[in-house]
Amino acid sequence: MTATDASTELREGYFGAFGGQFVPESLSDALAQLVDAWADAEADAAFGAQLDALRRDYGGRPTPLYHAARLSEVCGLEVWLKREDLAHTGSHKLNNVVGQALLAQRMGKPRVIAETGAGQHGVATATAAALFGLRCTVYMGAEDCRRQRLNVVRMQLLGAEVVPVESGTRTLKDAINEAMRDWVTNVDDTHYLIGSAMGPHPFPTIVRELQKVISVEDKEQFATQAGGVPDAVIACVGGGSNAIGSFAEWIDVPEVRLIGIEAAGEGVGSGRSAATISEGREAVLHGSRSIVLVDDDGQVRPAHSVSAGLDYPGVGPEHAWLASSGRGTYLAATDEDALEGFRRTCELEGIIPALEPAHAVGWLLRHGRAELGEGARVVLTMSGRGDKDVDEVVEVAGWDLGVARAFGNDGGVRVPAGQAGTEAATETATEVDADGGTGVGAEGPA
Amino acid sequence: MTTTTVAGAQHIQAAFDRAAAEDRAALIVYLTSCFPDPDTSRACFEAAVEAGADVLEIGVPFSDPMMDGPIIQAANQHVLDAGTRVADHLALIRSLDHLAVPKLVMTYVTIADTRGYAAFADECAAAGLAGVILPDLPVPEADAWRREAQRAGLATVFLASSVSTDARLDAIGAASQGWVYATGLLGVTGVKGVSQDVTRALVERVRPRTSVPVAVGIGVKDRGSAAEVAAYADGVIVGSSVVRAVADGDPAGAPGRVGALVRELREGVSRR
Repeated sequence: MTATDASTELREGYFGAFGGQFVPESLSDALAQLVDAWADAEADAAFGAQLDALRRDYGGRPTPLYHAARLSEVCGLEVWLKREDLAHTGSHKLNNVVGQALLAQRMGKPRVIAETGAGQHGVATATAAALFGLRCTVYMGAEDCRRQRLNVVRMQLLGAEVVPVESGTRTLKDAINEAMRDWVTNVDDTHYLIGSAMGPHPFPTIVRELQKVISVEDKEQFATQAGGVPDAVIACVGGGSNAIGSFAEWIDVPEVRLIGIEAAGEGVGSGRSAATISEGREAVLHGSRSIVLVDDDGQVRPAHSVSAGLDYPGVGPEHAWLASSGRGTYLAATDEDALEGFRRTCELEGIIPALEPAHAVGWLLRHGRAELGEGARVVLTMSGRGDKDVDEVVEVAGWDLGVARAFGNDGGVRVPAGQAGTEAATETATEVDADGGTGVGAEGPA
Repeated sequence: MTTTTVAGAQHIQAAFDRAAAEDRAALIVYLTSCFPDPDTSRACFEAAVEAGADVLEIGVPFSDPMMDGPIIQAANQHVLDAGTRVADHLALIRSLDHLAVPKLVMTYVTIADTRGYAAFADECAAAGLAGVILPDLPVPEADAWRREAQRAGLATVFLASSVSTDARLDAIGAASQGWVYATGLLGVTGVKGVSQDVTRALVERVRPRTSVPVAVGIGVKDRGSAAEVAAYADGVIVGSSVVRAVADGDPAGAPGRVGALVRELREGVSRR
């Protein structure tokens, strides 16, 4: 298997054995329209120019590639952060929604619907809908609405209707189910603006192509700022849009390791995890064949993560393919790792990260040096900012920051500039579960 | 892949033939298996057949049912919450052997795929099923399943939609066994009523493309809408209304409520 093979859809809509269109017949025409509309758009220089201009003037691209010196020192690595948190709306999600909103406009669809977990995709979709004058409905699990109240309010301010979903686990997968049902019903005038590199063909391809801008930029930026290529590109993986966008331009560069970090919740094998590739199996979910957390009966298992954005029992089919082909390595970080990554990114870099990329930081802090070697050069996609997560982090971690700091005891480990070192990282790292329950080391399926 | 007639398809065709001989549409009744509990569920299936159902469509719940509306979704969730497993549904289906009507399982592709197509087909055949409906397995993705279904003697019913292209309808008409399931509306089960003009046009498009009957489901709620559909379709499928009859009231009275509704529906499909 060559790297090139791994990046190529071997038959239309498939990445190796993964992908396809497992949807009710009533969606067949909408998907065919979308395939055609995307092909037309890709071939249309005006579409590309419009997209580039929106990304630049409205979205704030290119986002910087930033050398995180203090984090590097603690990790024993050379860590570069691709700052998607600085994009408009605060995450990489805008890259995708602007492109798909343009597509919806080309297809003459006046309404968009979306699902959202942490709310970042919902906010981005509501933003694009406002920009293009599209009606917008966002489905969000009721539990996620509670966890991400700030983003609910932002969506409402932007004019979107937010529908809390009470069915099932009341999280992202149930929001996707409701969005699918809405689409089946209103397919004539509605585009389903899927937020991750999952779903039926052509969504995984469209989302990858729209998110590819992340790696297109950081490839050039790294060469200019650091020289050469990094040893590894690392990104968190839920459905996998930020990760596939981060990997896309590097897939054909075999010396660069592609490392996806999944959310292991309370640990792989704990029963409360969202580490799909680490512990899932081949199955169909939400319109494509991929790797899914399912039980022996074929019922989808509830996923758990401290991050609502990673709390999803599936993963995009191209990631399943990258894992099965060996081109990508998919490892896992627990809730504890993520909280540690969150804290250290705040304290060492003055960046409040979203909990999603905090998983990747947490993994890097604990395992990066051992896995990649001292001084390895790493690009880590800081996929979003963490304003939305502050309340949840304080509640989950039990950090009463305001009160504690007022009394001179913040309960955390603060490493003054110049004293940051690998020992400090080691001291503050949480213990690995006796059963190896961090999930680290779990490779994708053979 | 080519399709040859299997035993399950013959069993289903015979049910349609009997209805046609009586100058009426066949009545296909959907019920969620093991809802609200296995014993009540069994009694409801028996009551449906006693009241005139020609074919039973037996819903095996899935955690993420893309095509189902709130009524069937809630019934499915109730059954899943009770810890019911696929093996329990197959056991219930086996216990309905005394009912002479053909029985089909209606579930989602993830269930069949995870158990393995071959294993699931064998299990279904061993349970006495005549066929399988997987609404999220369209014909272009179905070759592997169809091979196993053929081998096990099971019919596979495919869905057709008003938005299907002619080419897709050609494939659906050729691949379907038992019947072609013409969806009565764009949408999920149990929410809106069938769009008669659109559905009639769909049935007229499908009929010349297939050798099996064409039945209409999704959006058929009551005797009136069943009668309208029966005027132009070979079969009428009713699901959410029947599941609601089970859910609305004391479980002990569920078989009686199901029987009463199915009798009404049977009167409806007889008026053509």
